[in-house]
Amino acid sequence: MTRELSYVGKPVARADAVDKVTGSAQYTHDLCLPGMLHTALVLSPHASARIISVNTEDAENLRGVRAVLTGKGLCYQLGLYMQDKCILARDVVRYQGEAVVAIAADTLDIAKAACQLVKVTYEAQPSVFDPREAMEESTHLVHPDLHTYDHMEGVFFPKAHTNIAHHQKVRKGSFDQAFEDADVKITESFYNPPVQHAPMETHASVAQALPGKRMEIWTSSQSPYTVRHLMSTCFGLPHANVRVHVPYVGGGFGGKAGLGLEPLAYVLSRAAGGRPVKVAATREQEFNTLPSRQGLHSTIKIAAANNGKIIALKSTYVWDAGAYADYGVNIGRAAGYAGAGPYSIDNCWIDSFVVYTNKIFGTAYRGFGHLEILWGIERAMDVMARKLGMDPAEFRRRNLLKDGDKTITGEAFTPGHGNPQQCLESVAEAIEWGTPSSPSSEPYKVRGKGLAMLHKAPAMPTYTSCAVIIKLDEDGGGDILVSGVDYGQGTYTVLRQIAAEELRIPVEKIHITWECDTAFSPYDWQTVASRFAYMGGNAVIEAAADCLHQIRAVAAQALDVSPDDLECEDGSVYPKKQPDRAIAYSQLTLGYTFANGNSIGGPIIGHGRFIATGLTHLDPDTGQGLPAQYWTYGAHAVEIEVDTQTGEIEVLTIVTALDAGKVLNPKLCIGQVVGGVVQGLGSALWEGFVFDEKGRFLNAGFVDYKIPTAKDIPHHTQQILLENPQPGGPYGARGVAEHPMISVPSAIGNALYDALGIEFTTLPLNYERILTRIREKAETS
Amino acid sequence: MHDIQFTVNGHPEHATVASTLTLLDLLRDRLALTGTKEGCGIGECGACTVLLDGNPIASCLMLAVEADGHAIETIEGESVGGELSVLQQAFIDEGATQCGFCTPGMIMSARGLLNRTPHPSREEIVEAIAGNLCRCTGYEAIVAAIQLAATRLSQDTDSGATKKGGKS
Repeated sequence: MTRELSYVGKPVARADAVDKVTGSAQYTHDLCLPGMLHTALVLSPHASARIISVNTEDAENLRGVRAVLTGKGLCYQLGLYMQDKCILARDVVRYQGEAVVAIAADTLDIAKAACQLVKVTYEAQPSVFDPREAMEESTHLVHPDLHTYDHMEGVFFPKAHTNIAHHQKVRKGSFDQAFEDADVKITESFYNPPVQHAPMETHASVAQALPGKRMEIWTSSQSPYTVRHLMSTCFGLPHANVRVHVPYVGGGFGGKAGLGLEPLAYVLSRAAGGRPVKVAATREQEFNTLPSRQGLHSTIKIAAANNGKIIALKSTYVWDAGAYADYGVNIGRAAGYAGAGPYSIDNCWIDSFVVYTNKIFGTAYRGFGHLEILWGIERAMDVMARKLGMDPAEFRRRNLLKDGDKTITGEAFTPGHGNPQQCLESVAEAIEWGTPSSPSSEPYKVRGKGLAMLHKAPAMPTYTSCAVIIKLDEDGGGDILVSGVDYGQGTYTVLRQIAAEELRIPVEKIHITWECDTAFSPYDWQTVASRFAYMGGNAVIEAAADCLHQIRAVAAQALDVSPDDLECEDGSVYPKKQPDRAIAYSQLTLGYTFANGNSIGGPIIGHGRFIATGLTHLDPDTGQGLPAQYWTYGAHAVEIEVDTQTGEIEVLTIVTALDAGKVLNPKLCIGQVVGGVVQGLGSALWEGFVFDEKGRFLNAGFVDYKIPTAKDIPHHTQQILLENPQPGGPYGARGVAEHPMISVPSAIGNALYDALGIEFTTLPLNYERILTRIREKAETS
Repeated sequence: MHDIQFTVNGHPEHATVASTLTLLDLLRDRLALTGTKEGCGIGECGACTVLLDGNPIASCLMLAVEADGHAIETIEGESVGGELSVLQQAFIDEGATQCGFCTPGMIMSARGLLNRTPHPSREEIVEAIAGNLCRCTGYEAIVAAIQLAATRLSQDTDSGATKKGGKS
């Protein structure tokens, strides 16, 4: 008999909500330590230039200035996957907005005033802004020393003396011959501009250089242990001498993964005699100094038989890494192994190039490249369906991965992967696919429907792991220690639910402290890739089992029965069929005391862990191998209305289906879906960086770079959460937090064709772009 | 420097401030009321919203000297005696907070709306928070929370019940 679940799958309220609605949640931005200094930066006005001289004398002489640093003395190379970054620009600047000088002072006003006194002389250098040009020979090299950079060997393949930081290949079957022979063929090109994560809390770090080669860091980060590791290796300190705290984090979305401002805060503190130093990005710096989502140029060729079966697919992805590709290389890798969409394709050829240019650099952003590649793939699928004279849903139905198929990297698709087909059917039914949109009430407005598939797996090293500790309390409750970060996804609440379920105690008695601290919280790789609930959840299950094992061992002695004969329920333990002999956990958690005073046991602390299993490096020449711990599939269907006089799109309905495996908390899960869909709407309709011909960033603020507001949300959204269980997932769950954002632009692009009969290939789908095309079409017809 | 007198959440305050100090910095740095957040510092995001004489304003755009003689309300004053306000409870019940960084400003904008419009329409709610950016929630839950709070408050008023930790 399966026990009915008490907490897992229930809409338990988030544990952090009270702190957040009362303003008592403390973020790094709010932190103020005694003697703390504040930092201002001098940024490069040039996209590519040699630094001839930096005169900081007047700045250093300003009263209240405690440290002035330039890149010259900071000979460090930093990075997670590709060590191509410096703390401050050294010898050259590679993008407009790059930090050149950092000044720490008693107040922010003094630091800013000091920056005004710094004189930097630059000499213009050649530059390159389009990654396709940057791939050509004899172009300007953004990193002439690329061949000397340390990087994750065997996983990333930088090409020496070029701008190519990584080339990911996938080869399956024989594309050329299959394409040649096929009935119907298309070739389409697409573009996604770089965009910003725009977390409401900008990046902020506080660091203190301590005596005895120690440092302490407080940071708005997704990655406490990765920060610790990289700071430790970069500065040559033992890991234990680097202590990283992560308090509440005001949004991450990938932008706070890996290293951020921590190294700069540390070197400033070191230079200021060990006073704590805060570096907090201004909103403008968040746009033009800190990393963004990479731009992407994609070209997709598809060949199909007349019956609608895809015969061959070739994708070329050219990623605009910007000036640094530390994290970007891994996005290029993911775009390779995921590069054909959720389809069964026998002949596949993918090249994914991550290319340096003289622009703001990219990093992870919710969806990790998949929104970008699926903008192309899912638009191309509609183009192909039309060429075949086939309904786009039917065309997809005939090609989606199903039991027995192999993915493009040779992974066997099983029922345990979830059900992409069911996702498709769910959204098609909900949007009444096949029934044309009812006409708008206004004659100048037209409506259309579109749908798109999505998929994504966690992109992470093959050895990714995490650990959990559960300490049981005097009252029979427990504290969970983890170092994955909950910056709003709700994972901590879900982990509490799992612990309560496993330990058989009320969820209110399980606590997680909202500050990760590497001195106390056990290891977790970093909080990215929609894998925290999956891996952390599994580790919690193991830690709870460890606690119960200890409870049973002590209770068995106390009750003089075998541990195997004990039952745990409702916070107590008792011999099977003898609930009247129950001992409350609270009598066991610190040790059990007999009537005569003799005591046994001791404080109960459970330990659980999880490591990714079975993953392999991908073959460098063919990309074959197992890259994914699990895949999550989904689909969106939309109905839109287009104002043909202004080019404005109104989203009437978005229906989203995701195969979550198991919905651990429906309220939080739906919160992720709604939020992700609206974030995807930003990428679809408004967001994109604009640069001038000299590579200067023109829209680095919320006035010129519009993210969705409350006025921009769809009229109607619907979330369909499917539960085809994931083998090995906690209660069958798989990750879903990034996915809702993916393919929102694709579905809208497809609906736009339905409404207007115009093919859009470039994002964002803003008024100007749409109106221009409507007018062009009117003129030519 | 200027001597100013004002109230914050009903408590009288006195400060000597430079002409250039913003109300936001006065609240956060001098009065340690860090519940009010800085998301941009230039009036674009709404995270620093507080009430000035009951009306929502961006505290990053107001100089501290301008607060002289006025009543300021911040998120710290929203719950009374450790009990959540109806609005705060509605935010929790509807799941209207994720990372939480926009939440204080969002609640203060909602508070301003409910002060002047106890029975707001959906359009009025959307309009009231249109200047408060949130990157996490997609706003639906926030709109629902404000609707819920308005409903609960009007039920309290209709039934003549004593407001429980809530302000009207």
